[in-house]
Amino acid sequence: MGNRVSIVGVGQTHHKSKIPECNGQELIGIAVRRVLENTELTMKDIDAVVVGNMDHFESINYGDMWSVLGFGGYMKPVLKVTTGGTTGSAVGHAAFYHVASGLFDTVLAIGWEQNSESDTTAAIVTHCDPLIERDFYGGAIGGLAAQYSMYMDKYGATEEDAALVSVRDRCNAARYNPYAHLREEITVEDVLKSPYISYPLRLLHMCPRSDGACAVIFASEEKARRITSKPAWILGVGNSHRSTYLGDEIGLPGLRSLEIAAKEAYRMAGITDPFNQIDVAEMYLPAASAGVSWMEAMGFCEEGGGPELIRSGVTNIDGELPINPSGGVISTNCIGATGLIRIGEAALQVMGKAEARQVPDVKIAAATGFGGCFWSDVMILSSLSYLD
Amino acid sequence: MEKVAIIGVAQTKYMKNNPNSHDEMAFEVTNKALEDAGLTIENIDNSVTCTNDFWDGRTISCMTITDATGSSRVPTTNVEGDGTYGVLIGLMRILSGYHNITLVVAQSKGSIGVPSLITNAIFDPLYERMLGLDAVNSAALQARRYMTKYGITEEQCAKVSVKNHKNALNNPHAQLPLDITVEDVLHSRLLADPIKLLDTSPISDGACALILARESDAKKICKKPVWIRGVGHCSDTYHLGDRDLSDVSVLESAAKRAYDMAGIKDPKKEIHVAEVYDAFSYMELMWMEGLGFCERGGAGALIDSGFTEMGGPLPVNPSGGVLSAHPVLAAGLARIAEAVLQLRGEAGSRQVEGARVALAHGIEGACGQGHCVYVLER
Repeated sequence: MGNRVSIVGVGQTHHKSKIPECNGQELIGIAVRRVLENTELTMKDIDAVVVGNMDHFESINYGDMWSVLGFGGYMKPVLKVTTGGTTGSAVGHAAFYHVASGLFDTVLAIGWEQNSESDTTAAIVTHCDPLIERDFYGGAIGGLAAQYSMYMDKYGATEEDAALVSVRDRCNAARYNPYAHLREEITVEDVLKSPYISYPLRLLHMCPRSDGACAVIFASEEKARRITSKPAWILGVGNSHRSTYLGDEIGLPGLRSLEIAAKEAYRMAGITDPFNQIDVAEMYLPAASAGVSWMEAMGFCEEGGGPELIRSGVTNIDGELPINPSGGVISTNCIGATGLIRIGEAALQVMGKAEARQVPDVKIAAATGFGGCFWSDVMILSSLSYLD
Repeated sequence: MEKVAIIGVAQTKYMKNNPNSHDEMAFEVTNKALEDAGLTIENIDNSVTCTNDFWDGRTISCMTITDATGSSRVPTTNVEGDGTYGVLIGLMRILSGYHNITLVVAQSKGSIGVPSLITNAIFDPLYERMLGLDAVNSAALQARRYMTKYGITEEQCAKVSVKNHKNALNNPHAQLPLDITVEDVLHSRLLADPIKLLDTSPISDGACALILARESDAKKICKKPVWIRGVGHCSDTYHLGDRDLSDVSVLESAAKRAYDMAGIKDPKKEIHVAEVYDAFSYMELMWMEGLGFCERGGAGALIDSGFTEMGGPLPVNPSGGVLSAHPVLAAGLARIAEAVLQLRGEAGSRQVEGARVALAHGIEGACGQGHCVYVLER
């Protein structure tokens, strides 16, 4: 097997609906400066850079070349990875492979998006096949709504169950995460009173669109030990981009790609009992409903067990398996950064550096990415460099 | 570095207005590369696609070819950039030990878009875009700066075009096989001084696929594996005004990394054939300097001497290069595919006799802001 890989530092902007004083390069600059400060490194220590965003949101072509100014990439090896919503997680996975391959020792991963400059939904709609799907598929929401109605029908989940996830994540953001975009506490009643966007999903079930950037430094074992006494080791990665058309996935109430990706990451990491072994999960939940219906795919419950799991409160920050102590995606969604923020937040939990949102004694954390056409990426991080 | 081989290659014919859709082109090269390697899709355990939302005219454009490349059934990722960068990720995935037989596919249907608008979007939206900068007129700035600094002439640039279009006569995949003269190039329509029509590449539709494998499997599967001996990539800064556009330090840096990895000390002698990203005629000359085939400013004399002609000591772009077919994103991958055919001795009438070590090169962004260099060996 290749070299062991760890995360040694995380930096992010204070995400907002609009950061008008910055362009994208400057957003990147803030996140990168913060991660370099946190690790006491300079750009001289960085061997290669992986960057990602979604072109059409800012209308910058060859964003890798454009963003070089933001991170001081002059004369650095730079490449860009873009896979839709999974961009941030795919950037993290690519940085992992940079180091695991032995070709590079210290690699900077950057995800960013400036949604305030875009008509996000108009841009997302163009990812659908122009002949077959584009006319009726309304951006990212329609498919998620259809998926949850099927889950409700099959397993008796309710709008209220999804509202519990909204309240969990939004209250975590409000109380504990200074970097989160939406920081107001909400109640189940607030969610159920908010307007429908696409039945059964209401406004407060959905993610916002945010401006922000995230930068994460990946390092080989030798470098990591010099940079920090407690790196977050990457034990496993898995990914499945199994669908091309909405119809490939929509007949299934859960998320098959997440099941495949999680299984692969667990296999690589040696995780056999995810609910008991994983101490905290940062999940890319684009809508609160996914916080109910995707729990089976992670192996956190039996089929149809999502509603019971959420109602029981075990995924609250003080529960047995906290999910999204950061407030997750429904509190912050700077799209190209979103998946990388999940990885970064999971790493902070493992490193014990998550401040007010820290879950005690995290040995193993999971980070997921979601995007494209119901695609999933999963990464498993740990304070241990391997599991017994 | 553990050895990784290229065990399968395939290209479409490059053309304007290919009637096949993006996914049909990707499907064609995926199947042909599998056939070339003697494998089936079940043997592929992971994949890398290369797409670009601007060129493809849709968001998350990698979705377009997920099914066609079999990426829906294996771990996959998508590089938004030249195919040479896609191969780099594929190489890393194999070297990590977690993946083995890797499919890399790049495609583009540039001829259905408006290249000047697509490439205008490379530039800074506030300061530069309204000037109307695009791939052609930014290249003209670079060409003029390079020619002025080193006394390179329009005739010397034209010679590159004559050479490469002539080489394309031997390449069934090329879009523009042409038997032309320096005079023809000099008298072709002026696009942006000093760039004339025949100094530029066409914008082509087409796709290219490679299959990579680690040494142990490559030797079992493939009679003629071609080994990746070195790779390097590097990026210059962004604004054209911040760069000395005649400076090739960024390519030197990428090449140095690749040469060091491959143990190449004197590229001019040790490399037998090169496929470089000549989107414009002057670019081939500049890249010769950055790749260390001559001194800075020496590429004019190099082309005059016939050094890079077929039959010369170092044939450059026997395929006809990007000047003869420019499927954006796939063009760098095609350079690798052509280098592989050369090293296998399967390049037909464009074969460079006795080629054992080849160089392939891709670029990214405007005026070669980014470069990716490969040293390959049979």
